[in-house]
Amino acid sequence: MKEKVKIGFKDMGFWYGSKQILSEVNLKFYSKKITALIGPSGCGKSTLIRCINRMNDLVPTAKIDGRIIYNNEDIYGKNADVIELRKKIGMVFQKPNPFPMSIFENVAYGLRIQNMKDKNEIARIVKKSLEKADLWNEVKDCLSRSAFGLSGGQQQRLCIARTLANDPEVVLLDEPCSSLDPIATAKIEVLLKKIKREKTIIIVTHNMQQAKRISDYSCYLLNGKIIEYSKTENMFTHPKNKLTKDYLDGRFG
Amino acid sequence: MFNYKNTKEKLIELFFSTTGILTLLILIGIFVFLFVTGIHTFAKITPTDFFLGEQWNPDAYGTPKWGILSLIIGTLMIAFGSLVMSIPLGLAGAVYLSEIAGSRTRELLKPAIEMIAGIPSVVLGLIGILFLSPLIANVFGLSHGLNAFTSSVIVGVMVLPTIISISEDVLTSLPNEFREASLALGATKWQMIRMTLLPAALSGIVAAVMLGLGRAIGETMVVLMVAGNSIAMPTSFFSPVRPMTANIAIEIKEVVTGSLHYDALFAIGLVLFVMTFIVNFISDIIVEKHVRKYRW
Repeated sequence: MKEKVKIGFKDMGFWYGSKQILSEVNLKFYSKKITALIGPSGCGKSTLIRCINRMNDLVPTAKIDGRIIYNNEDIYGKNADVIELRKKIGMVFQKPNPFPMSIFENVAYGLRIQNMKDKNEIARIVKKSLEKADLWNEVKDCLSRSAFGLSGGQQQRLCIARTLANDPEVVLLDEPCSSLDPIATAKIEVLLKKIKREKTIIIVTHNMQQAKRISDYSCYLLNGKIIEYSKTENMFTHPKNKLTKDYLDGRFG
Repeated sequence: MFNYKNTKEKLIELFFSTTGILTLLILIGIFVFLFVTGIHTFAKITPTDFFLGEQWNPDAYGTPKWGILSLIIGTLMIAFGSLVMSIPLGLAGAVYLSEIAGSRTRELLKPAIEMIAGIPSVVLGLIGILFLSPLIANVFGLSHGLNAFTSSVIVGVMVLPTIISISEDVLTSLPNEFREASLALGATKWQMIRMTLLPAALSGIVAAVMLGLGRAIGETMVVLMVAGNSIAMPTSFFSPVRPMTANIAIEIKEVVTGSLHYDALFAIGLVLFVMTFIVNFISDIIVEKHVRKYRW
């Protein structure tokens, strides 16, 4: 079966000022699959993922080259609408970053941005999103409490729910479990596998076991270059490149 | 056994606790002095006559009038007027500095704005008398421009740097994660500011406004020069008014120490003190409530 490509990178390069972070990136992210970006710290994984929803626009010295195609359009093209793009490509950050608001308002935020007024509809979507993020049963009785009262793992699932409320096509996750304990991590992994049925997921992780457990495709980055990209099972059993093998064996990174 | 290090520690401790306690004692002393002097007034004037009397005329032959209502209203009008002007301007300025201006503009503008706070109020009063009041008299067709409105504008300018500077500090200190989270959900910059940053910074902004309000209530020189000093009950924002501070400043040099008039002026001071205390108290409650709800 031929996989459907959701996002494609074509000869993409990226600079902060004069420092090149990414070079010659050619990549395809497949629809409704989990793709893991692995590699040592500072290899450009986070930068790469932040190019997809244009969060790098916030850095004044950022410069990008080549093209990133999403739904047949260049997301850095002249007519591209960043706001629309970010609604369609959601992001979950390394550190859980709920807003200083109630749990309910955190999830409703995206809907309020889109000017949704219908209270019942908002409540319905908030409930659905929290359910999808496996958080509803834990918070249904305290929706009006501050999100900061939740544990780290719950906060991160809240951030996932908040992203899902926008009904995005793609969910980017930038090391979402790096600050969480193994149990909270396991919950998020289960949840991601479930979300995969509807969404394309791209996850940055420096936990190779995590990549192995949940991803369909893996991409190994080193010094801003893609060293190897293949189906996860192939990469972890028969890495083609020696560098990848060294990294997976723990000899490096 | 003599232990040099221990003695030094003790001395330092003593020094800091003495200064700390001294500050507190001075504050309490001021309050007690105000209270003891001012409270005499109420032995001879009923609180009703004092607070609700519309006429203030202590020097009148026969029956002097001791009502400070018009003075209180004068103070409140100017405090309110100056905040109406300085809150929106101050917030806009703070948002501009922290979220919109480039770092070079900010580095240039912020000290410049804070310098306004360093202008002596008598200079602002002069500007009010010489430039602003003729302008306002012209624009609104008044016989003269010394009134509550003019002094609100000048006091508003005085309060502005406080509000801008503190609000900007609060906004800048918000974690960047809020901005990223908001933008990543597809918010525009304006939505991010309005729906995330301003609510998150609310407690600090309230504190800034309250600090400004305290200053507006206590401001003396500008109102003395620009407010018109009429003790008549104000009928509109273009009436000349005499706020409590100005009244104390004008009359204190003419009264006999220990007379009823003298005591009454201190009672006015006490009222001012209580007003600023209430302002601070309310702002504390707001801030505390907000912080408890949205701690991060």
